[in-house]
Amino acid sequence: MQQGPVEINKVMNKRLRSFLKKSAIYAFLIAGGATMIVPFAWILSTSLKPYSSVFIFNIKDIQWFPHPVYWKNYIDVWKVVPFAKFYLNSIFVAVCVTFGQVVTSAGAAYAFSRLRFPGRDNIFFAYLATMMIPGSVTMIPVFALMRTFGWIDTYKALIVPAIFSAYGTFLLRQFFMTIPKDLEDAAKIDGCSLWGIFWRVIMPLSHTAIATLTIFVSLGNWVSFMWPLLVTNSIEKRTLPVGLAYFQELYQYAQPDWGLLMAGSLITMVPVIIVFLFNQRFFVEGIKLTGMKG
Amino acid sequence: MARARGLEKEAMAGYLFLLPNFMGFMVFTLVPVALSLVLSFVDWDMLSAPKFVGLQNFIRLLGFHNEAGRLAANDPLFWKCVGNTLFLMAIIPVQIMASLGLALVMNQKVRLINMFRAVYFLPTITNGVAICLLWAWLYNSEFGLFNNMLLRVGEALSVPVQRVEWLTSVAWAKPSLMLMGLWIMLGGYNMILFMAALQGVPKELYEAAEIDGAGSWHKFWNVTWPMISPTTFFVFIMAVIGGFQGGFMQAYIMTGGGPDRSTTTLEYLIYNHLYSWQHVGYAASIAWFVFVIVFVVTLFNWKFGGKVVQYSHY
Repeated sequence: MQQGPVEINKVMNKRLRSFLKKSAIYAFLIAGGATMIVPFAWILSTSLKPYSSVFIFNIKDIQWFPHPVYWKNYIDVWKVVPFAKFYLNSIFVAVCVTFGQVVTSAGAAYAFSRLRFPGRDNIFFAYLATMMIPGSVTMIPVFALMRTFGWIDTYKALIVPAIFSAYGTFLLRQFFMTIPKDLEDAAKIDGCSLWGIFWRVIMPLSHTAIATLTIFVSLGNWVSFMWPLLVTNSIEKRTLPVGLAYFQELYQYAQPDWGLLMAGSLITMVPVIIVFLFNQRFFVEGIKLTGMKG
Repeated sequence: MARARGLEKEAMAGYLFLLPNFMGFMVFTLVPVALSLVLSFVDWDMLSAPKFVGLQNFIRLLGFHNEAGRLAANDPLFWKCVGNTLFLMAIIPVQIMASLGLALVMNQKVRLINMFRAVYFLPTITNGVAICLLWAWLYNSEFGLFNNMLLRVGEALSVPVQRVEWLTSVAWAKPSLMLMGLWIMLGGYNMILFMAALQGVPKELYEAAEIDGAGSWHKFWNVTWPMISPTTFFVFIMAVIGGFQGGFMQAYIMTGGGPDRSTTTLEYLIYNHLYSWQHVGYAASIAWFVFVIVFVVTLFNWKFGGKVVQYSHY
C-alpha cells in the first residue's frame, strides 16, 4: 500500500513535533545548567583578580575574563592562612573516620544480619530508633563529654565520635541481608570459621556497598562543619570548612579580599569534584540504594 | 548438644563483632541522648557545678506571662526563631516540585545525561562553607554580581533601580537564603531519587493510558504522579525533618543570624546558647523541643505514609 499525502503529512508532523520537543528539552537543560555554572564561573573569575579590581563596580563593564589574569591569589592563599595545614587535617580526619566507620559498621552489620544472639533484634531496634534523633540532641552532651575528657582541640575529638554510626551499620546490614545464605553454608561445610565467612565471603561480595559507604562517609566528613567548629580552638587543628570560615572572619570589619577568599573556596572544591566525576555511578547507586539524604 | 554449643559460639561471635561499634554507640549516642534529657532540667555553664532547676528551662522556653495586660512569651527570641525556621521551610514544596520537574526532563532519553547530572549535582558535593561564601559574594550589596546585573537591567530599561540589600535587610535576608537553598537542592539527592522513581514506573501503564487516548498531562497526573507518590512523600518528610534542623551554616557564614535575628534558625539558636552564651541546659531543652517535632513528623510518616501513598519500595 502506498502512503498517501495525508500519511506523509502525519509523519512529518510527528517528526517536527519530536524535534521541537527535543529542542525544548535541551534548551531547558542548558539554561538550567548555566544557572548552576554561572556562580562557579563568577568565583573563578573573582579568584583571578587582584584585591583592587574586585571592587570595581562599573555597570558598563563587568569583567568576566580578568585581564591580566592574576594568579597570585592562588599562591598567597597558602600564606595568609595555614591552608596546607587545613588540607592535611581534613585529609587525615576523613581517612581515619572513614576507615573506622567502615570497619566498625561492617562488624556490627555482620552480627545483625548473619549471627543469632540474645537481644540482637532489640539492640538493632535501638540503633534504628536513634537514627531519627536530631544531631543537636546528642551533640550537646558529647561536646560536654569532650571537655571532660580534655579532648577539645585534639584530633581525637574530630575523629572518635564520628566513627560510630548507626547509619553506616544500617546501610551495610541492609546489603548483607541480600547475600544468599547458601554461600555461607557452603563456606561452613568447607570448614570456614565465622570470621572466615565474614572476611572471605561477605566482605568481598559487598564491595559496592562498601564503596558507597566509603564515599558517603568521606564526603560527609570532608564537608562537616558544626562539630569541628565546636571542638577546635587553635588554627592548627582546623579542617578545611572551619579554616575557610576562620579565613572569612579575618575580615570581620572590612570588605574581605574576595579574590583570595574565592581562590581558597575553589581549592577546597576541586578534589571532591574530581572524585565525584570518576565515581558518579556510586553516588547515584548509593542514593537509590538507601534513599538517603546527605 | 553440638548444636547448642554451636549456637553459643555463634552468640559469642555475634557479641564480639558488635562490640566495637556498640561501645561507641553507647558512649556517643545512647548515653548522650539520656544525658541531654537530664541537661534540659539543669542550669549549667560548663564551668561551675550544674544546678537542677526542674522544669524552669521549659517554662522559660514555652511559657507565657502577663505583661501589662497582654500575653507575652517568656522567650520571644525562641519563638522568633521558630517562625524563622518555618518561614525558611516554605521553600520546600517549590524545591521538591522543581527537582521533580528537572527529573522529568532528564528522564526523556537525554544525550550527555551524565554531564548534565554532574552539573546539577555540583552544589551538593561542594562544601557548604564555600557555597555560602560564594553566595555571600554574589549577594554583596556594593560589589556583588546580582546588584550589578540589576542596575544594568535598570539602566537598559531606563528605570531607576535601587540596590537590594540582599542579606542585610530584614525584608530580603530570608528570601535570599531560600533562593540559594533552591539552587543548592535543585539537582541534588531528591532529583536523583525522583529519576530512579520515574524509571520504576512500568511502561505498560503508559501504553495503556495512551490507548485510552490520554495526553501528556493526563499521563502525568493519572500514572506518573500516583506511581511516584511514595518517593514524593519520603522526600517531603525528609525535607521537613531536615528543615527543622537547618540554617546553621548560612547563619554562621553569611548573616550572623541577622539582620535583627531574622535569619536565626532553631539550630543556630541552639549553637548560640551552647557555645556563645554557655547556656548548656537551655540549649538541650531547645534541642529536645526540635526532637519532639521531628518525632511527631516521623510518627505521621509511619501512620499515614503507608495509607495515603502506595508504598512499594521503602
